[in-house]
Amino acid sequence: MRRFFTVALLIMRKDLRVETRSRELFLTTLFFSVSTVLVFAFGFVRDGRPVENAVAGILWIAIAFAGTLALGRTFERERYHDVLRALLLAPVDRPAIYVGKLLGILALLAAVEVVIVPLVALLFQAPLFRQPILTFLLLSLGTLGFSAVGTLFGAMLVRARSRDVLLPVLLYPITIPVIIAGVRGIAVLLQPEVDVAMARAWIGMLVFFDVVFITLSLWTFEPVMTE
Amino acid sequence: MASSLHQIPTTQECSDFNRVVFVDVSKYFGRRRALAHVSLECGTGEILGFLGGNGAGKSTLLALAGTILAPSSGEIRYGAESVREPGPALRANIGLLSHDFQLYPELTARENLEFFAALYGLDQVRDRSDEALRSAGLLSRGDDFVGGFSRGMKQRVALERTLLHAPRLVLLDEPFAGLDEGSSSALVERLQVLKSEGRIIFLATHDFEVAELVLDRAMLLRAGRLLPLSRAGESLRARYRDSMQRELKPRRLE
Repeated sequence: MRRFFTVALLIMRKDLRVETRSRELFLTTLFFSVSTVLVFAFGFVRDGRPVENAVAGILWIAIAFAGTLALGRTFERERYHDVLRALLLAPVDRPAIYVGKLLGILALLAAVEVVIVPLVALLFQAPLFRQPILTFLLLSLGTLGFSAVGTLFGAMLVRARSRDVLLPVLLYPITIPVIIAGVRGIAVLLQPEVDVAMARAWIGMLVFFDVVFITLSLWTFEPVMTE
Repeated sequence: MASSLHQIPTTQECSDFNRVVFVDVSKYFGRRRALAHVSLECGTGEILGFLGGNGAGKSTLLALAGTILAPSSGEIRYGAESVREPGPALRANIGLLSHDFQLYPELTARENLEFFAALYGLDQVRDRSDEALRSAGLLSRGDDFVGGFSRGMKQRVALERTLLHAPRLVLLDEPFAGLDEGSSSALVERLQVLKSEGRIIFLATHDFEVAELVLDRAMLLRAGRLLPLSRAGESLRARYRDSMQRELKPRRLE
């Protein structure tokens, strides 16, 4: 088990090192998600007042769009120089490769969310930091569930010619429960009177989906990657 | 020369084997046949070469031997055992050099080697990567990004990455491509050392001159089928041409 996590951390560290140097994914996803939020701000904020109950949806759309962009590229570096074969030939549990890639994507999306969440709070005057722990849990669990499925699909589609088109087509229907739970949970936190019990219920729902998605992904990664 | 570090056994559980046997192996990608009814055997200390044009099935054969692909039918034996689901212990004994370099261009040569050494669970990662860079003749360029290397330099680093964990089965796909004369000679010497160490070596190449220097046996692949290599002709190239002409003649008559 120790070796499993050593390999996962090794792959995550390598991904972050490459990303730190190229900043390719971070800058593109950040630019894309900021643009999305700004477009919504122009459309939904009139006379300095945002449309009611739209903020949670806008936040998650920005995260999902940025996530899709990043997930589409997550195995691209491995595909480009056939490094994927070298990884698959290494004497490691192949699900550890999946976990490493997932951790790398989570770190990237966390960095994007650090910018996006305050931006949404500012532009839409949304009290996203009124319950910081609950907001953090909803965002991190939602991002985890979305990325868990996306990383698996990114691996599945790495050899497909039309992977850029196929990824969102496959990803969104499967992750709809996660996105709904995330949106509803954040929406609860934005009400004038926060219903903490309801927010916890949505968090519980997200934990359930995350466990299911991660378990299925770990189970299916090896057969998926065997050509 | 083989370094002392290359003699250090890996920390992985070792499923050692002394030969690789293909028994009636076929591989299909959908309806396309990549390899058909291939049977062969190669033992320790032997360099087996695969000759053939583009799309003949050489890379597919190497990928099958490397457990990257699973055969559609037939079986591949590593030693006495037939392996249906190759696990980490078997993979720890295989090294594959692809015609792509399987290196991260955004990392330095040293970082690439250290990453793969750690991935293979090797100890003395720093020493091993230094030793590998020395073998590649790139010790002074170790901290340069691989993306800035010439094709030949990438090929040398990729070869060292393949041999980092001292694999029992070495699979080399066009290892001489892009190498200058000096590097080719160094690789020929290296292959002789690997042979003397008892490695099993599969080598796919178009380079007949170099192949003649290193191969113990050569096999001809055409459209996924193994063909007998003609005995007519002195050089490997002449034998290859004669084999291809014999293969093409009946088809022309049809």
